Amino acid sequence: MSQAVPAGPAGLAGVRRLDLSGLRDPLRAEWTKLRTVAGPAWLLAGTIAATVAVSAAATAAARCPAGTACPVDTTKLSLTGVQVGQAVVAVLAVLAISGEYSTGMIRITLTAMPRRSAVLAAKAVLVAGLVLAAGGIAAAGSVLAGRILLPGHGFTPARGFPLESLASGPTLRAAAGSVLYLVLIALLSLGIATVIRDTAVATGVVLGLLYLSPITLSVVTNPVWSHRIERYAPMNAGLTIQDTIGLRGLAISPWGGLGVLAAWAAAALLAGALALRWHDA
Amino acid sequence: MTAGTVLPHQPREPGQPHEPGQRDQRAGRDGFSSLLHAEWTKFRTVRGWVIGTVVAVLVIVALGLFAAGASGSSCQSTNGGPVRSGSSCFTAPPVGPGGEAVSDTFYFVRQPLAGSGSITVRITSLTGLLPPANGNLPGGPNAPIDTRPGLVPWAKAGIIISGGTTPGSAYAAMMVTADHGVRLQDDYTGDTAGQPGAVSPASPRWLRLTRSGDTITGYDSADGTHWTAVGTVHLTGLPSTVQAGLFATSPAWQAISQNFGGGENGIIAPSQDTAVFDHLSRSGRWPASAWAGGIVDAADGSGVGGYQQAAGRFTVTGSGDIAPDVPGQAGDIGTTVTQHLIGTFAGLIVVIVIATMFITAEYRRRLIRVTLTASPRRGRVLAAKAIVIGAVTFVAGLAAAAAAIVISAKLAQARGAYVYPVPWPTELRMVAGTAALIAVAAVLALAAGTMLRRSAAAVTVVIVVIVLPYILAAASILPVGAADWLLRITPAAAFALQQATPQYAQVTATYSPNSGYFPLAPWAGLAVLCGYAALALGLAAVLLRRRDA
Repeated sequence: MSQAVPAGPAGLAGVRRLDLSGLRDPLRAEWTKLRTVAGPAWLLAGTIAATVAVSAAATAAARCPAGTACPVDTTKLSLTGVQVGQAVVAVLAVLAISGEYSTGMIRITLTAMPRRSAVLAAKAVLVAGLVLAAGGIAAAGSVLAGRILLPGHGFTPARGFPLESLASGPTLRAAAGSVLYLVLIALLSLGIATVIRDTAVATGVVLGLLYLSPITLSVVTNPVWSHRIERYAPMNAGLTIQDTIGLRGLAISPWGGLGVLAAWAAAALLAGALALRWHDA
Repeated sequence: MTAGTVLPHQPREPGQPHEPGQRDQRAGRDGFSSLLHAEWTKFRTVRGWVIGTVVAVLVIVALGLFAAGASGSSCQSTNGGPVRSGSSCFTAPPVGPGGEAVSDTFYFVRQPLAGSGSITVRITSLTGLLPPANGNLPGGPNAPIDTRPGLVPWAKAGIIISGGTTPGSAYAAMMVTADHGVRLQDDYTGDTAGQPGAVSPASPRWLRLTRSGDTITGYDSADGTHWTAVGTVHLTGLPSTVQAGLFATSPAWQAISQNFGGGENGIIAPSQDTAVFDHLSRSGRWPASAWAGGIVDAADGSGVGGYQQAAGRFTVTGSGDIAPDVPGQAGDIGTTVTQHLIGTFAGLIVVIVIATMFITAEYRRRLIRVTLTASPRRGRVLAAKAIVIGAVTFVAGLAAAAAAIVISAKLAQARGAYVYPVPWPTELRMVAGTAALIAVAAVLALAAGTMLRRSAAAVTVVIVVIVLPYILAAASILPVGAADWLLRITPAAAFALQQATPQYAQVTATYSPNSGYFPLAPWAGLAVLCGYAALALGLAAVLLRRRDA
C-alpha cells in the first residue's frame, strides 16, 4: 500500500521521538484536540444528563402495589439510562476519529505522527478516560436517583428491596460494570468509525449494531435464538453486568457478558488499526 | 463566511420580489422540473446512496424473515411425552367475519329460528368460579377448576343469534357482564354499552334480540315493561335459518407482571360462570320442539359447560370467550405482522443516514454553492431535494414492507408458526404506512441536515428522536407508561402505522408497545411525524435563505 504521507526527514524524526516517548506525544496532541473543541464536552455532559434522566424516569414510572410480588431487579432498573446514554457515548467516540476525516485534519495528524496505531491508541486511551469519568458520574447519579425514588413506589426494605447503595456488592458490581460497559461501547464505536471513516454512516452502523439485538429479542420466541442473542450480541451480553437477581437464569454470567462486549470492542479496534494502517488517509 | 465573491447572483433579501413576466414564469416551471431532475441525478449517481437504499430494503426484509424464522415454538404436554414443535403445539383460532382471529368458545342452549323473530329473557344471577390466586392449578387436565368463587371482569351470559355453531360464525348477542353492565356485542369486534351495573336477584336484567333479515336490534330493560334499544347491527351473510338461544362464557383469568427490560411473566388459567334465566319468550317461527345444549369450541369440544332446565328456569354454565383473539394475552401463540416489520427501525437508520448526507455532503464538498448559483431560489432547491428523497425512500419502503410481510408470512407458515391474521385493508395500511413513515422520516432528516449542516449532529438528532424512542418502547426498556408517552409526543409516534390489531376494550390483554400496540391511532401517529417534518422543513427553508452557504 502506498502511503499518502511521504517519509521525509520530519517524519523520520517523529518516528524516532515516538519510539522513545511511547504514547506521550500522541496523547498530548489528541488531548489538545479534544479539549479545544466544544463538541466532546457537550457530549460528555449529554451522556451524564441522558443516563441520569432516563434512569430516574424509568425508576419513577415503576410501581410495586401492595400485596403483589414484584419480580423487579431494582438495581438494573436504576441503571436503565445506560441504554440511552450509550448512544451519546457512541457519537462522541465516532466523532473522535471521523471528525478528522470530514475536515481533512487526519492527514495533518498522520503527517505529524506517522505511527498510525499510536494515534489510534492515544485516541482510545483518551476517549476511554473521558467516558470513564462521565460514566462514573452518570452511574452514581442513577443509583442515587434509584435510592431516592424507589422506596416511595413500594420498593421498600421491608418488602425485600434494600436501599440502593454502592456499599452492597452486587450493586457496586452493576454500577461499576455499567461504567466499564460505556467505556467498551466507546472503544467499539471508535474502532468501527476508524474503519468506516464517514461520521453519518459510522453513527448509523454503531447504533444499528447496538439496538438491533434488544429489538430482535423482543420478537424472537424461539429459545435457541434468544439464548444466542443474549449470549453474543454486544448490547445484551454487555448489559448482563447490571443483573443482580436471577443470575442462574442468565444466558451468560455478568462478567462473561462484559467479556463478550470487550471481545467486540477489541475486534473493532483491531480492524480499525489495520484499516488505518493499510488505507490511504 | 461570506460568499459574495463566489456567488454574485445570490439573492440577499429573502423578501425581494422576483422579476415579473412571462419569461420568468416559464423559466420557473421548467426550472422546477429541471431542478427535480438535477437532484435525482445527484442521488442516483452517488453509488453509496443507491447501495444504501438497497441495503435499507434488504435489512427490513432480512430482519422480518429472521423474526418469522426464529419464532417457531416447541412444547410438551403436561403429562410428559415427546417434545413437539410447530403447528402441533397450538390450535389455530377461528377467523371471524372481519378476517381477524377470534375466540369463539361458549355454552350454547339453542333452537333454530327461521326468518325473522325475537327472543326475550330475564337474567337474575351471574356467578362464577376462578382459579386460585397464585395460579397454581390442580394437576392433570381433567381436574376440576372450582377453586374460589368470583368472576373475571368480562364474564358474560345472555341471549345470542348466531349464523351457526361453527366457530367464527356471524352473531349478535345481548348479555350481562360481571363488571361492564349490559352489552350488545356483534361479530366479535362490535361492543355497545347498555344499562350499567351488575345483575342480581334484587336487580335482574331483561334482554331482547329482534331479527329482521340481516338486521338485529338489541333491547334491555330493568322491569320487562320499559324497554330501551341498545343498538342495531347489520350482519352480512346471515342464513335465513339461524341458531338462537341462551349462552354463558367466561374468559381466562390472567395475571401478568411486566419485567422492565425483559418481557413479561404471565399466568393464565380458565374460569367459568353460571347464569340463571327465566321468563323466556319468543316470537317468529321456531321449528324445533326442544332446546339443545352444547359447547361451541374450535378445539375438540372438551371444554367446560352445561345447562339445566326446570319450571321455566334455565341455569347455563360456560367457559371461554366470544371476542377477538389478540396478541398480548397471556399464552398467546403466534407472531404478528407487526413483528415481521421489526426491521423497519434498522432500515430507517440507513435511510436517515442517506437523507442527511443528501444535503450535508453538498456542504462538505462545497457543491452547495454551485447548486445555489445554478438555482438561486433556495426554497425550491430544498423542495426539490425533499421531493426526490421522499419519493425514492417511499418506493423503497413500499417494496421493503410488502416483501417483508409476504415472505415472512410464507416462512412462518412453512415453519408451522402461527401468524395472527390481519384483514387486507389493515395489511395495506401497514405497508403504505411503513413506506410513509420512512419517507417522512427521510424528509425530516434532510431538514435536520440542512439546519445543522453536519452529518454527525443531524444523523444523531434524527435517530434519537425517531428510532431511539421506538427502541426504548418496543424492547420494553422503559416501563409501559413512559413508553406510551414517548410514542405520543416524539416523531416515533408514526410507528403506530404498523399496529396490526386494534385494542379492544372487551378483551383483557397487555396492550403495550412490546406486544405491538401503540398509544395513538395509526394516522394520528403519522400526523405527529408529519408535523415535526413540516416544522423542520420550514425552519430549514428559512435558515437556508438567511444564511450564507
